[in-house]
Amino acid sequence: MSASRQQRSLGDWVFFNLTRLFAVLTLLMMVGIIVSLLIGAWPSLREFGPGFLWSAEWNPPLNRFGALVPIYGTLVTSLIALIIAVPVSFGIALFLTELSPRWLRRPLGIAIELLAGIPSIVYGMWGLLVFSPLFADYFQPALAATLGQVPLIKGLFEGPPIGIGLLCAGFILAIMIIPFIASVMRDVFEITPPMLKESAYALGGTTWEIVWNVVLPYTRVGVVGGIMLGLGRALGETMAVTFVIGNSSLLDNSSLFAPGNSITSALANEFAEATPGLHTAALIELGLILFLITLTVLVISKLLLLRFVRQEGSRT
Amino acid sequence: MNFTSFRKYFPAALASVVMSLPVHAAEVTGAGASFPAPLYAKWADAYQKATGNKVNYQSIGSGGGIKQITARTVDFGASDMPLKPADLDKDGLMQFPTVIGGVVPVVNIEGIKPGDLRLSGAVLAEIFLGKIQKWNDKAIVALNPKLALPDQAIAVVHRADGSGTTFIFTNYLSKVSPEWKSRISEGTAVQWPAGVGGKGNEGVAAFVQRLKGAIGYVEYAYVKQNKLPHTLLQNAAGNFIAPDETAFKSAAAGANWNKSAFYEILTDQSGKDAWPITGATFILMHKLQDKPQQGAEALKFFEWSFRNGGKMADELDYVALPESLIKLIHTSWSNLKDGAGKAVWAGK
Repeated sequence: MSASRQQRSLGDWVFFNLTRLFAVLTLLMMVGIIVSLLIGAWPSLREFGPGFLWSAEWNPPLNRFGALVPIYGTLVTSLIALIIAVPVSFGIALFLTELSPRWLRRPLGIAIELLAGIPSIVYGMWGLLVFSPLFADYFQPALAATLGQVPLIKGLFEGPPIGIGLLCAGFILAIMIIPFIASVMRDVFEITPPMLKESAYALGGTTWEIVWNVVLPYTRVGVVGGIMLGLGRALGETMAVTFVIGNSSLLDNSSLFAPGNSITSALANEFAEATPGLHTAALIELGLILFLITLTVLVISKLLLLRFVRQEGSRT
Repeated sequence: MNFTSFRKYFPAALASVVMSLPVHAAEVTGAGASFPAPLYAKWADAYQKATGNKVNYQSIGSGGGIKQITARTVDFGASDMPLKPADLDKDGLMQFPTVIGGVVPVVNIEGIKPGDLRLSGAVLAEIFLGKIQKWNDKAIVALNPKLALPDQAIAVVHRADGSGTTFIFTNYLSKVSPEWKSRISEGTAVQWPAGVGGKGNEGVAAFVQRLKGAIGYVEYAYVKQNKLPHTLLQNAAGNFIAPDETAFKSAAAGANWNKSAFYEILTDQSGKDAWPITGATFILMHKLQDKPQQGAEALKFFEWSFRNGGKMADELDYVALPESLIKLIHTSWSNLKDGAGKAVWAGK
């Protein structure tokens, strides 16, 4: 009896330490990555200092590097993706949980989850060969004729409609992150207690009022989490963006039709052929910057969630 | 099998596995440039069939090739961009070319067939600088009085990824345009003043075929296999040349290989039939071989390939080196020494 108990406590001890080891390893790996990024980027950090962040020059033969164009491209494409993906995902989740006939929910839900499983290079090739010609021939001229005529935002929709550029990359990213955001939203909408919803319906609320005033406030934390998950994917996406963003380190107008570059596509394109020295160091520093951007997004979302939780606490 | 019998038989089993391994055939490793990778793979395959020796080449890019050979993790590195003699000396390396390739401008203009459009180096540079923006610009019309060129915007397409192709192309533009040389210069990746970037030869070709009024540049093999509409280019002798094997060979024959530790970029050569944007791809090896056996095996492979690989190169649309150049390369191999100062290459 006591022997078996001893055995069990030994098993517990081993299990405890093994799991702890795994957890600590993750932390060590992250610290290791930061340290090796810092070491790799050191020549560039020393040479360019903070000016690296706002210099728009990326000139390998002359060894002059700046990260403005890729940072701008990364943030702008991710922002476009969010602007499109959040409302669409919200609509999908709303339809699936509140409006759709019961028999349609499962097939639709599975279809959306399958979309999330398509490899990003497939999105990239589809974007380049199928989407961007249609985008150039129909969508961009239409945009230029409508939004392109509105005074303040006119500059965003100028230039020749070639189909490849920041806007196209943003659209492809939106399509890629919609399944993530939509399925998280659907899952959290589903956990809203039916009692709350039914009480609201009993008070005479419309479906829209119920979703907006009952479901959404109740699931706010999950919704924000889903959006952040999507944003994280958009920021780090590489192959699909590389295919359609145009890969130009030139920033001479504000148009979203213009080709640009993102941090990840710059890395994917140039790393293999970069000569040792400043070029490689500058690319590694780009990686470090992306790491910091993702970290910032994560911290902001955590803080946001904390605030929501605290508000909830004070209300009850 | 229970544990005791496992323990009993394990040493015997291990011994039989070890002893059944064949006598170890020589295995040489190399890494680098992706442009010649299909050819090196084909050569290695044929070489293994002929001699039983293995060559393992990893196509990781020229930059990676230089890093790997400097770190001595491979027996030879490969680069599309020759290293300057000073850089070679710094790392104790030597280099030699293996095959020649050409870079060819391709266009997508309504009604223009392959070989119709004539361009000069200066005009090509102006187009890629973004200064000539329409196909009916008078500089282009002056070179093509018989063509009906449309009033259409030129869409410039360049490589997005760092590549030897870009190096050869920008090296040429630097030679023919002082403004290009001072503003943009040459390299595997440069700060392009105009246009969009496609990934790889296939990316550039896809963009050129899709964008109306586009011009881009790709490897010759790519033009030939996909029948892309190439342009004629005016060479240093003033002739308009079509890209083909003879034009590349002519460019290679004109270079002064023996003077420069093979640091020769074959662009803008003076031969009257020379294609102006020609380049060779290179192998890098350490002058001081710490594993002389491996060094000798690598040289054997290249010697075999030079002797037997010309036809394979033709099949894949690369251009084999001229005989005189191969002789020079053989001579240069006497610079590879082992620790005792003895030449690694014994002549055969």
